[in-house]
Amino acid sequence: MRRLSPLVPALYILFVMLPIYWLLNMSFKTTNEILGDFTLWPREFTLENYITIFSDPTWYMGYVNSLAYVTINTVISVTAALPAAYAFSRYRFLGDKHLFFWLLTNRMAPVAVFALPFFQLYSAVGLFDTHLAVALAHTLFNIPLAVWILEGFMSGVPRQLDETAYVDGYSFPHFFVRIFLPTIAAGIGVACFFCFMFSWVELLLAKTLTAVEAKPIAATMTRTASSSGYELGLLAAAGTLTIVPGAFVIYFVRNYIAKGFALGRV
Amino acid sequence: MPLDLKGVSKQVGGETHIYPTDLTLEPGVFNILLGTTGAGKTTLMQLMAGLERPTAGEVWFGGVNVTGMPVQKRNVSMVHQQFINYPNMSVFENIASPLRVARMPKAEIKARVERMADLLKLTPLLGRRPSELSGGQQQRCAMARALVKDASLVLLDEPLANLDFKLREELRDELPRLFADRDCVVVYATTEPVEALLLGGNTATVFQGRVAQFGPTGEVYRRPGTLTSAQVFSEPPINTAPVTKDGATIRLGEHTDWTAPPPIQALPDGAYVFGIRPHHVTLAPDGTHPVAIDGMVLVTELSGSESVVHFRLGADDGAAPWVSQSHGIHAVPVGQVARLHMDVAQGLYFEPDGARIAA
Repeated sequence: MRRLSPLVPALYILFVMLPIYWLLNMSFKTTNEILGDFTLWPREFTLENYITIFSDPTWYMGYVNSLAYVTINTVISVTAALPAAYAFSRYRFLGDKHLFFWLLTNRMAPVAVFALPFFQLYSAVGLFDTHLAVALAHTLFNIPLAVWILEGFMSGVPRQLDETAYVDGYSFPHFFVRIFLPTIAAGIGVACFFCFMFSWVELLLAKTLTAVEAKPIAATMTRTASSSGYELGLLAAAGTLTIVPGAFVIYFVRNYIAKGFALGRV
Repeated sequence: MPLDLKGVSKQVGGETHIYPTDLTLEPGVFNILLGTTGAGKTTLMQLMAGLERPTAGEVWFGGVNVTGMPVQKRNVSMVHQQFINYPNMSVFENIASPLRVARMPKAEIKARVERMADLLKLTPLLGRRPSELSGGQQQRCAMARALVKDASLVLLDEPLANLDFKLREELRDELPRLFADRDCVVVYATTEPVEALLLGGNTATVFQGRVAQFGPTGEVYRRPGTLTSAQVFSEPPINTAPVTKDGATIRLGEHTDWTAPPPIQALPDGAYVFGIRPHHVTLAPDGTHPVAIDGMVLVTELSGSESVVHFRLGADDGAAPWVSQSHGIHAVPVGQVARLHMDVAQGLYFEPDGARIAA
């Protein structure tokens, strides 16, 4: 039994890594090989799939579009959430607790619920098929999340820090930028990461609100066949590349991730 | 320039935190706010600083009404019980920050910070971050920041409470020296009567949002104006018991009586409250007028040099137990009746409503 114990985590990791390995494996194969025999590693190793993605604008613009609206969304969400979180953390006002909870309920409805009103509204005001449209739509669930995360981190900073700064002569804006924001830098990083992550993986709104100009990579990937038939190798390569930004960003907040999932309340 | 609170009160959402308070604090001495946690010391300080606006009343400083003036314009500095420093700045920048905000020339900032660091033994630590300092060093840094500008009002809110015993003594000894050549109003909040006595100056006893008494520290200790003030200014708590005056005799319970001092004898007969501090209740007769009392011993605490005995007078009627403090180590069996002696010459007499009777 004792000798078997290292086997358990090893098996677990194997199963977790298997789909990712299979994706990677496929991305280096030709479509013919994928559709043909079952092979554990590429017989004909090819970088053709990746070359296509980086040279064909209909592919690489998907990444550009996705990164564009994700970045805009992250900036808007965190910028709007910072003052809101400060207010919830430091002041008592009528209905503050209800409002705070109501924010979170915005995350409790399926995104599909909002697809139609957003589509209709954005078409009417000419926002349809723009990066801003998707970025704004995603703030619906990202601002509440950022407010909750930031509020948790801010409430961990003693109120006396604010008082000390005022006593030292800092005005509120000066204190907020020079002292408070650096103090909760980790929280801002975590909030950014969560905004990035949810905006990056969201497909339905991003797909509904765009057509050509702002089409996200995830929407591009959902086309399985093109004029040249099945392009499974290409799709696998695109999928592999889509994992990269998330893995890259998660690296920077790895020490604070757990605190982020607890909404800053550890 | 003195600080004047004129009928200042503070209510938060229907709850009264500070009842109307009048207080005049003079520069050049320590003004001590003495009271338990939650008594309202911090709120009083926030009102003095301008961090909170009084619900009613006015705050005057040096003859100017500063009630609505924001704290940034008041030239105040403050040290909190928690070690508050700016975590993203080095110790040097922390100390320099009030001067930087005031746009002082760089050379002078450097000179002042270095002088302050020298005074508070922070010179080797100037390059470090606050998180890399020990608790005592963090609090020194906070103090240096409070003292580096020539504030006209310095508020110290239990600055030593979170430090360990040795450091507390060390910093407490340094405090009077730090303020020796300053002409500012110093307010020092503490929960410990001993600290108030060691720092001297003036003391205000604060209890449940009210200033019970204000005056020179020794005076407030020796001649408390009310029972409340005496209770605040006594650790362990002052012993009290109802007594009856019958002619020249004071009776405590059924078996104890003594002759009242002349000013008390002049009072009408009736019920009064007798109070005596724990160190005037001893195991061996002591003082000029010892009176023997018997008590049921509940708890004994033996420290290196003194014996503290908690005991009950008479039956268990729900009253707080008495405390006796004697020099030396004396083993007293718990659960048995012991004979103790109180020096009634040191006793305090109060009206049933709490006002002290001069004796």
